[in-house]
Amino acid sequence: MTSTVPAVTAPVTAPPTALGTARTRVEGREKITGAARYTGDIPLTSLAHGSLVLSTIARGRIRAVDDAAVRAMPGVVAVLHHLNAPRVRGDYPSIMGMAPDPTVRAFQDDRVPHWGWPVALVVAETPEQARAGADALVVAYEAEPHDTDFSGERTDAFALDGVVPATLAKGDEEAELAASAVVVDASYTTPEEHHNPMEPHAATAYWQDGRLEVLDSNQGASWTAEDLAKAFELEPGTVRVRSEHVGGGFGSKSVRVHQIAAVMAATELQRPVRVAMTRRQMFSLAGYRSPTDQRVRLGADPDGRLRVLSHGSVSQTSSVYAFVEPAAAAGRVLYDAAAHRTSAQVVSLDVPTPTSMRAPGMAPGSFALESALDELAERCGLDPIELRLRNEPSAGPLSGLPFAGRNLRACFEEGARRFGWADRDPRPRVRRDGRWLLGTGTAAATFHAFAVPSTAAVTAWADGTFTVRIAAADIGTGARTALQIVAADALRVAPERVQVRIGDSEFGPAWLAGGSAGTSSWAWAITPAAGELRERLALGVDIPADGLTVRSDSTTALAGQEPAERHSYGAQFAEVAVDPGTGEVRVRRMLGMFAAGRIVNPLTARNQLVGGMVWGISMALHEEAVRDVRSGSLVGADLAGYHVASHADVAHIEADWVDDPMPGDPIGIKGVGEIGVVGAAAAIANAVRHATGVRHRRLPIRPDRVLCGESVDGGPAGESLERGLPGESPDA
Amino acid sequence: MKEFAYRRAADVAGAVALLDADPGARFLGGGTNLVDLMKAGVESPERLIDIRELPLDGIGRTEEGGLQIGATVTNSDLAAHPEVRRRYPALTQAVLAGASGQLRNMATVGGNLLQRTRCGYFTDITQPCNKREPGSGCPAVEGEHRNAAVLGASHHCVAVHPSDMGVALAAYDAVVSYQTAEGAGELALSDFYLPVGDTPHRETALPSGALITAVTLPPAPVRSRYRKVRERASYAFAIGSVAAALEVRDGVVREVRLAYGAVASRPWRARTAEAVLRGAPADAGSFAAAADAELAAASPLTGNAYKVTLLRNLTIAVLTELAELAEPAGPTGHDQEGSAR
Repeated sequence: MTSTVPAVTAPVTAPPTALGTARTRVEGREKITGAARYTGDIPLTSLAHGSLVLSTIARGRIRAVDDAAVRAMPGVVAVLHHLNAPRVRGDYPSIMGMAPDPTVRAFQDDRVPHWGWPVALVVAETPEQARAGADALVVAYEAEPHDTDFSGERTDAFALDGVVPATLAKGDEEAELAASAVVVDASYTTPEEHHNPMEPHAATAYWQDGRLEVLDSNQGASWTAEDLAKAFELEPGTVRVRSEHVGGGFGSKSVRVHQIAAVMAATELQRPVRVAMTRRQMFSLAGYRSPTDQRVRLGADPDGRLRVLSHGSVSQTSSVYAFVEPAAAAGRVLYDAAAHRTSAQVVSLDVPTPTSMRAPGMAPGSFALESALDELAERCGLDPIELRLRNEPSAGPLSGLPFAGRNLRACFEEGARRFGWADRDPRPRVRRDGRWLLGTGTAAATFHAFAVPSTAAVTAWADGTFTVRIAAADIGTGARTALQIVAADALRVAPERVQVRIGDSEFGPAWLAGGSAGTSSWAWAITPAAGELRERLALGVDIPADGLTVRSDSTTALAGQEPAERHSYGAQFAEVAVDPGTGEVRVRRMLGMFAAGRIVNPLTARNQLVGGMVWGISMALHEEAVRDVRSGSLVGADLAGYHVASHADVAHIEADWVDDPMPGDPIGIKGVGEIGVVGAAAAIANAVRHATGVRHRRLPIRPDRVLCGESVDGGPAGESLERGLPGESPDA
Repeated sequence: MKEFAYRRAADVAGAVALLDADPGARFLGGGTNLVDLMKAGVESPERLIDIRELPLDGIGRTEEGGLQIGATVTNSDLAAHPEVRRRYPALTQAVLAGASGQLRNMATVGGNLLQRTRCGYFTDITQPCNKREPGSGCPAVEGEHRNAAVLGASHHCVAVHPSDMGVALAAYDAVVSYQTAEGAGELALSDFYLPVGDTPHRETALPSGALITAVTLPPAPVRSRYRKVRERASYAFAIGSVAAALEVRDGVVREVRLAYGAVASRPWRARTAEAVLRGAPADAGSFAAAADAELAAASPLTGNAYKVTLLRNLTIAVLTELAELAEPAGPTGHDQEGSAR
């Protein structure tokens, strides 16, 4: 029995019982005992294994693929490449109208647009045989000169709109700058960074009863199914994608070459085929965060009130895709100024295609902007928190729209109290602990909050239990558990009576685990369906054997939302220790105080926020993919060469929040997945400045850079006075 | 990874005979480096001869008062051994500064000495590398070389030896014992690694087919220290490290051992610095002068010149710390733990 109701924005009328209480993950036991099966773990009869072959040139053409010898190797059943692979479309509109990742068009022609481009797939009976075949496949190339040399100084950079406009501006920048008593004009750079979740990308495809079944590790099953149907020109509804457990996504787990190659091979061979990326392959196939070169110009009155906020960012994209890292967008939310200009440009290079990586734009952009604010505070002789509070806007700086809950001030005030900020001596390089110089820093954080139309079904069973079905994804966030809480409260039953089924495109369209908007979007769909079901049950209807199901679609309700500036906020605090003799930087403690909407599950929300802050440590001190300009490849493309923070780098981290229910949201959710990253690197860089007197405008803050007292790399705002301290001995 | 055969050796003679009969074979200790290299296609042995069961896992005193360490002693056992901790503390510190607990439980002393560089060009078979493919070139000289050598390198190869343990062993004048089908032999650690020159693919002076059986440490000054600097707090290779041992009497350096890690193709024994220090006042001025004398030979590239500053600072810091420990109560202070003096 089924009926459909439009979602409504009715507020919760009774006090919730589960919302806001700490609950462990419903699948936690399965995960820690190894019982949870990830895509690559699921056994299938007559499964074949595909191993990808990647290009070893950075630009050119494939001249020949000598597959005869490989076809004769033990266990090899197929070799797919551009001369024999099935045709796919790569020109369809994917989510939010964006073009799909260009590796969807793998094996379609002889062009090689970058190092590590997929050129062939070797399919064999075992993964080892497939890998041996892939290693042995000889591909001849006609190499062309390539260009992978990213720099913000490049004259071929061009403006590019992304999900937000490339440029927004108001006021007369030069006039306001001339009228400013205090000016900061500096360049900041962030390196190429890779998400590389613990579980590599993997997909298994097979045909069953005329339908394509795909087991995959992704951030949205219905999105993946829709894209695969478009790529292979299949009827919608003939592709089913399941993705029950996902070992991390961070923006990287969309439709990429692994699903495409698995479907191609399964179609050709008419048997199940699994394709998994190796760790090294992920560095060119899974997307990454572009390096950025940003210039920030701030002009202010002596009291710190901004006259000018000008933030320009240059990032890179590949020659086969137009992706922009919108690093200048943070200023559109955080601060107002009479002259306000934010812009994004890209340089097209012979590099793998960048993509959204946790807190896209905001992570690198907040490093630049919040470092510049710190520089401005110092020049104004103002406390960095006071400077920010003096520049709190009353409405969207460019939109003029009202803020739907802006609690940044509360974050700073409560954060400062807990961190002990009031006791801080603002003078740099005055606190010591043995060989370590100590310093503290702070930064503001913001991230957009939104919800996207989704569908859900909630079923009541005669035994008093309920099942929620929604094509949500739990990429390690605790989403399944959060949705159980949301549904249980809407049904006014104990969470234990609610089973949540996710990760199946059969459940209908739903937003993905992305944009920090998963839980909010899914809750918008689940809440009215569960509420309607509860009301029906209250009337005493009989529950049939196949259950009583109510479906919902939040499209109409979300379309009715009033325009507003909807964002989460945060105040990041860090204390660092720096050994000026060795260049070592250690983060001793961090505090993040957030205003991120109603917190559904404090346990998993804190996990998300702390995880984001750990990302901030990695971003500030460790992460950096080094591209070899000569070959166009990465050097050390593995987790030994690409450093993220180790346990020993993460000392005491505390994340907490102020009360901040989102107006207009049925539950008050904003989202916690990404804001923990935002501002964290700036807080650490500002603390390093406070500890050492040296401003680091280039991430990561490596020992060699600290040792050389490097402050800026070729930017226009070189402060030679701050470049000192080389060769300082630790007993100085 | 290429398919390979596997044999477990029962005794030293058997292990050596197996390798002698099969030039395509390699000994397998903990496998913490070799297996990774096999997965990456850098190494592709036809056969692995597992030596973990050999009776080479003991640590015992030598007649002259030193310590003999079996080649298959794991890093964990070595670091935890009471005699090592008491008499060769820099060795324990060096071992514990490396890898992770899990890796140290597998990795062996012999294997540690024979591990290969972690240079990103060496481990990527799609790149040229003179060490992996003689004559193909060294892209690190013009490319990414932040962690490349500043001492003893050549334009053919600027890779560094990644070992922490080896740096302490170099400072302690370790001697490596080995066995071949022809018989037993010994190499001082200072002669164990070959100069880079134009043959970076030839890394050690071990005769072909040799199995390392033990590492022997002569008596050494007890006041010793290993300090490692890396780009994160743990689980990373050094970008510079110092192993030092120091004896001070009446404010004068009586004996000193100094070795550097992550600056050369081998653990770098700083004999020039040692010569400057012997008989010199045990103060920061001497330590700086000694480091400067040693590092005068450095020829850094554009991206790794910081290492010279780093090693200078580390030398001063570690020796200062040892000098303060050696004479905490003034010129008559003495070793509180008892020592091998």
